[in-house]
Amino acid sequence: MTLGLINANPVVHAKKERVARAEDSHADDAVDRLDVFDSVRDIRDPEHPYSLEQLSVLSEESITVDEKLGRIQITFTPTVQYCSMATVIGLCLRVKLMQCFPPHFKVDINVTPGSHADEESVNKQLNDKERVAAALENPNLRQLVDECLYSSELYSL
Amino acid sequence: MDFLEGNLELRERQRLEGHTDRVWSLAWNPATGVCGIPAMLASCSGDKTVRIWQQGPSGSWDCSAVLEDNHTRTVRSCAWSPSGKLLATASFDATTAIWECVGGDFECVATLEGHENEVKSVSWDASGSLLATCGRDKTVWIWEMQPGNEFECVSVLQGHTQDVKMVQWHPFMEVLVSVSYDNSVKIWAEDGDSDDWHCVQTLNEASSGHTSTVWAVSFNSNGDRMATCSDDLTLKIWDTSAKASETSGSSCGSWRHLCTISGYHDRTIFSVNWSRDGVIASGAADDAIRLFFESKDNSVDVPSYKLLLKKEKAHDMDVKLSAMESKGT
Repeated sequence: MTLGLINANPVVHAKKERVARAEDSHADDAVDRLDVFDSVRDIRDPEHPYSLEQLSVLSEESITVDEKLGRIQITFTPTVQYCSMATVIGLCLRVKLMQCFPPHFKVDINVTPGSHADEESVNKQLNDKERVAAALENPNLRQLVDECLYSSELYSL
Repeated sequence: MDFLEGNLELRERQRLEGHTDRVWSLAWNPATGVCGIPAMLASCSGDKTVRIWQQGPSGSWDCSAVLEDNHTRTVRSCAWSPSGKLLATASFDATTAIWECVGGDFECVATLEGHENEVKSVSWDASGSLLATCGRDKTVWIWEMQPGNEFECVSVLQGHTQDVKMVQWHPFMEVLVSVSYDNSVKIWAEDGDSDDWHCVQTLNEASSGHTSTVWAVSFNSNGDRMATCSDDLTLKIWDTSAKASETSGSSCGSWRHLCTISGYHDRTIFSVNWSRDGVIASGAADDAIRLFFESKDNSVDVPSYKLLLKKEKAHDMDVKLSAMESKGT
């Protein structure tokens, strides 16, 4: 267990301005990338009191949705190459998406290519359904994930 | 029945509801479903319980028992002993429980401890005296059943470099196969002289093996072929020339790649099962069940497998199969 923060000096960005969506421009049950982004943008980073959006860990552009096939793809950029919290961030994304979107959606989560030293290893773990399920049964890990998800409520407008 | 001709259909007969979380695995009791004994099925779940289902006189299935208050985490896998009297359940809580069926009630008669973390799979050998388990701690354990439902660990097999997903005994030889997150398939057997268990063969990328996590393995009824399935989106068929009479030594290390079934799946294949009739069923993360059968094309040396049918949206979510029955969440 590391004593110091992985990244003591994160770069914090302004949040993207939130666009109010007109009722009729968006079919109620169709899911698009902004819906997905809205559900995850305020997840708090495991180490810093900032959201994933503020730390540029993710953006709307890093999300792809194929409504017809029922697929969501997210890539995220850990703040540093050796970030050991990468798998935790990935787990947070999975849990949030499971909570917000219908279960038939298949979700692929990967780190942005070139953004992490253990890219392959992190991606493989995050996309192994059994490993994810077992990790979420680990009380310490679950607590950390819950903290990242629920403190985001402080940021909602 | 010629599977390659005519219209095949897979029809859902009944939906068994009861579990309150994802169902990970199921197993048919081998001593049931024949000679007038109603068929019996065990299912295990993320809700930490195991449910027993029985087919009633009207043909419909009911839950006849719930095995609960034992495992403290997801029950990942279950397997009946060949006699059908015992059920082994493997859990993320790092234990494997052994249950005995006494007049419709199930009692936990033993708990196998030893794995450092999640146990992923359990399998009984053909004689019913050996049990194998495997898990995220990268090991495969072999246990021997003693009188009075006592189990003794006979060997801890090391060799895989990652999480071991499934173990499966050969249908009649004392040979064990394990498949892993390290992308390989390993064959284990006892050394003729020393009775030590060791790895007699490793099927990895260099042997035309899988290029990502191998999730499951299934033998054909003859025991001379096995099918493996993977996150690399392929099924692979392996063949052995080992004779049935040679049950130990180097003769079991002669598995070779026969063919690869590719291009049919676009998401992880979690499960594969080879039926008595030779049909290979696959369950994948796209919620579909696919059935394959060997096509007898005499002009080609290498056997090839044709898709018989694809059942889409077989479940609301990912499919895992067991002995030609399937389940999801």
